[in-house]
Amino acid sequence: MYETVIGMEVHVELQTRSKMFCGCSADHFQVAANRHICPVCTSHPGSLPVMNGRAVELAAMTGIALHCQVNPHSVFARKNYVYPDLPKGYQVSQYELPLCSDGWVEITVEGQTKRIGVVRVHLEEDTGKLIHSGGSSLIDYNRAGVPLMEIVSDSSIRSAEEAYQYLLKIRQIVRYLSASTGDMEKGAMRCEANISVREAGAAAYGTKVEVKNLNSFRAVRNAVDYETRRQIALIETGGTVRQVTVGWDEPSGTTREQRSKESSEDYRYFPEPDLLAINLDEKWIQARQAELPELPEPLTARLEAEYGLRRQDVALLTEDREIAAFFEAVVQHPGTDPRQAANWITGELFRRLKQDNTDIGATKVTPAALADLIALVAGGSINQNVARDVLGILWAEGGSASAVVESRGLAQISDTGELDSVVAEVIATHEEVVERIRQGNPKPLQFLMGQVMQATRGKANPQTVTELLKRQLGLE
Amino acid sequence: MPVELKDVRAVAELARLALTAEEETRLVSQLNEILGFMETLNELDTRGVEPTSHPVPMENVTRKDQIEPFAARGDLMAAAPEVAGDYYRVPRIMD
Ligand SMILES: [Zn+2]
Repeated sequence: MYETVIGMEVHVELQTRSKMFCGCSADHFQVAANRHICPVCTSHPGSLPVMNGRAVELAAMTGIALHCQVNPHSVFARKNYVYPDLPKGYQVSQYELPLCSDGWVEITVEGQTKRIGVVRVHLEEDTGKLIHSGGSSLIDYNRAGVPLMEIVSDSSIRSAEEAYQYLLKIRQIVRYLSASTGDMEKGAMRCEANISVREAGAAAYGTKVEVKNLNSFRAVRNAVDYETRRQIALIETGGTVRQVTVGWDEPSGTTREQRSKESSEDYRYFPEPDLLAINLDEKWIQARQAELPELPEPLTARLEAEYGLRRQDVALLTEDREIAAFFEAVVQHPGTDPRQAANWITGELFRRLKQDNTDIGATKVTPAALADLIALVAGGSINQNVARDVLGILWAEGGSASAVVESRGLAQISDTGELDSVVAEVIATHEEVVERIRQGNPKPLQFLMGQVMQATRGKANPQTVTELLKRQLGLE
Repeated sequence: MPVELKDVRAVAELARLALTAEEETRLVSQLNEILGFMETLNELDTRGVEPTSHPVPMENVTRKDQIEPFAARGDLMAAAPEVAGDYYRVPRIMD
């Protein structure tokens, strides 16, 4: 039996307006190349960097949310390497004295919660983008100098599923803080994993392989599975795992060895002389603490306790802070059943959000409209099926649920007199079916029910119809 | 531990410097001389002195998160050895 040992390094682009050390716009997604550049981020001689204060705050808040200590004294360092993604010949990062250290996050896998240690959270600058074409490499420095936060876990992650859950948790937290979009597709969150295997129970770690280029949640899961299998197979056939850096290749589903990485000694880190130390006092740290929104764990506990919701529903509602806020906005309408609200949001709304690939902030369905819809169902004005159609209309056009029901004549028919004649007609036109029911087979009742619904365009009160059918067929 | 020829070559490689044999030899002795200065500094008793990364008595100099576009991006690119349209161009870098 083997066990996999995984440590993760997650890079998160901070959601600031300007870059880490200069006033250039930090926006680089689908921007024409080299539009957001200046002497600082293209390393012209004599230019001097100045820290973006908001980036320091966002990284510290992330640290606090990850139960880290925000260090009273931290320092930027130069990580020296020669590669044109940064024209300076070094990346400004943090090394010996990071902004935050020693935290943890809790993940849940198969109902079991587990703490994963966070070794450090530090600040650095993102690099430019390279396009290799023919005999040249083309460089775009719009991304160079964008604030980047690196979150390093300890090696207590033990499976692909745990790695996946850890990454989800990190993304959830940075999103709650509005520290980052956490959007992996747009490169706002990128991931590397150090993976090794060892005999279960062994004290020593196996040789670790660093896997880069994990640009999606699926890639993380697949790469961990692949590397685990590859390393075990290697050991079992008498081979040894070498300490190498590999890149995940999504199309082939395999890892490929990359050019041997410089060791940390080779980076010749030293304190960045152009940037002053960051010294933070208790007051500053408390101000960041006060700025934190309600975080996923306390919010989850509160929603469970306050609204009597099931854990799995709360988990869905709190995945995204906006969703939770939407839910609370719905249930603040008097008389709204929280469980109904949760059902509508995690069911019908989620389905449509996913289908249209949009988020709750962009929908036309307002919390008031959903509360109204729930009230209409609860009060018997419309049935569940019609309500789903009404939601579809609200989704497409917005407006109020009552107005939609009113203007389209969708109100439920519960009036016995009106339904009596419809039921009588359905019975009269389906003699064969009626005969079977009278012979003691109750199944075709559903069919007759459907016929009545069709005749009333779905508006009939199902309970009333059932009663009327039974009465007219003499089944009572 | 004195600097040897192989150390100079390793650092030159990391910095992508092509040194002549004569330069290599000269740097070995120069770097050893610098390390000698450090030995002199090491004679000082620094017990009780806080390590520092910066010699100036300043800290926490930050700027507001505001966009201040740089107007002369053309000048920046004109200073590059080679450009291709909107891009800087360098000889192909192998991944
Ligand atoms: Zn800039």
